[in-house]
Amino acid sequence: MEGQLAHIGAGLAAIGSGAAAIGVGNVAGNFLAGALRNPSAAASQTATLFIGIAFAEALGIFSFLVALLLMFAV
Amino acid sequence: MATEAHGGEEGGLVFHPMDQFIVKPLFGGDTIEWYTITNATLWMGIAVLAIIGLMVLGTSRRATIPTRMQSIAELAYGFVYKMVEDVTGKDGVKFFPYVMTLFMFIVMANFLGLLPMSFTTTSHFAVTVVLALLVFLTVTIYGVAKHGTHFLGLFWVSSAPLPLRPVLAIIELISYFVRPVSHSIRLAGNVMAGHAVIKVFAGFAAIATISPVSVVAITAMYGLEVLVAFIQAYVFTILTCVYLKDALHPGH
Amino acid sequence: MATETHAAAGTAADAAHGAASAPGMPQLDFSTWGNQIFWLMVTLVVIYFVLSRIALPRIGAVLADRQGTIMKDIAAAEELKAKALDAEKAYEKALADARSEANRIANETRAAIQADLDAAIAKADAEIGAKAAEGEKAIAAIRANAVESVSAVAKDAAEAIVAAMGGKADAKSIAAAVTARMKG
Repeated sequence: MEGQLAHIGAGLAAIGSGAAAIGVGNVAGNFLAGALRNPSAAASQTATLFIGIAFAEALGIFSFLVALLLMFAV
Repeated sequence: MATEAHGGEEGGLVFHPMDQFIVKPLFGGDTIEWYTITNATLWMGIAVLAIIGLMVLGTSRRATIPTRMQSIAELAYGFVYKMVEDVTGKDGVKFFPYVMTLFMFIVMANFLGLLPMSFTTTSHFAVTVVLALLVFLTVTIYGVAKHGTHFLGLFWVSSAPLPLRPVLAIIELISYFVRPVSHSIRLAGNVMAGHAVIKVFAGFAAIATISPVSVVAITAMYGLEVLVAFIQAYVFTILTCVYLKDALHPGH
Repeated sequence: MATETHAAAGTAADAAHGAASAPGMPQLDFSTWGNQIFWLMVTLVVIYFVLSRIALPRIGAVLADRQGTIMKDIAAAEELKAKALDAEKAYEKALADARSEANRIANETRAAIQADLDAAIAKADAEIGAKAAEGEKAIAAIRANAVESVSAVAKDAAEAIVAAMGGKADAKSIAAAVTARMKG
């Protein structure tokens, strides 16, 4: 029973990965919108784009990690 | 364990998706001491050899008109150098060999880990935590040694209204100490997740009806993983540069 | 199920050292951390020294060399261009000099010819003037002679006419009458 609950918890934690995907999509989409308005400034901001994606993705990775822990370590 | 047992019985998952990350001694023996040569050691050694092959042997002719290997090495040099210079400024260039070491190791380990049957050293928290802690300690020690108490200005947001500043200081402090955690888990998590997903799809390939889908999915995931291997190395390096900038120029 | 998992986890902890299929996440098997950290440090130190001692200075030198070569080439090209510009300027200058020289010579020649011409014209004018004056003088003399002759003839004729008429004309009144007639 405990193990099954852990699996359910892992599934719930995996929702966080989807939320992170929304976040990453937001970052990339807004960057693209801005880049199309002002293409000359886009090249200088790619580093910022990747940093933003990395921060958004890190939280998704955390939830993925929680899912893994629930699956394999509990 | 349970999944594996069940999978084995049903003939679906014949291997565990996490089995690829097991550290094994290469030359027999059951125990892993600190000096034991394991598969992790082997692939770290291969990464070192690959880096030496690219950066030293590839540039041995010092040609003004570069060969293919030499232009790759120059591309990597220019890429990291520009990143360090752009993000940290002119005085951050003294950290360039250090940042270059991190970048080359991570990017090589990531790409080598994509070879079939290989072992991905960067998928282990032991490795990425050390890498991230090295950066964290470098930033903290260098920042305190160079700026002394002025380094604490990093946490005191002088542009914010005065009543908010203590709250922001606590948040900044927490985010500062979470940095090595997110820094390391991002890299290992991304690499591990990609490899595990590929393995899961590979497990589905044993079921005849969905095996074509599985093969296509593995191909697509592999392409994504090639991208992720580079992007995660880039992200790790640029975050290192951002943190180094904090050590060089604290205060907002 | 629960007991099974726990039992499995228990045996797994024992078998974690090098068993063919360790359970759970191998990443969280802390018995391998020391080994990985040790070899990672060795790896990083080797890479750092290889890069900072050999590879990076070499690549930096190659890049600087290339930059230098390109700069030198650009500088040489600039120099050649400057030389070409100088040559063109010198050519333009020579051309302008030649043109002004030619203009000067033409002007001088023209002035000399003009002067000669002027002198010749003046001389000719003077000669013509002199000759005209001479002619006029001769004409005036001739005219004076003629008037004198006419009046002498008129006087003689008048005297003869008067004498033929039987009168005796004195010379004085005849001269006055002739003069008055010739005026009118």
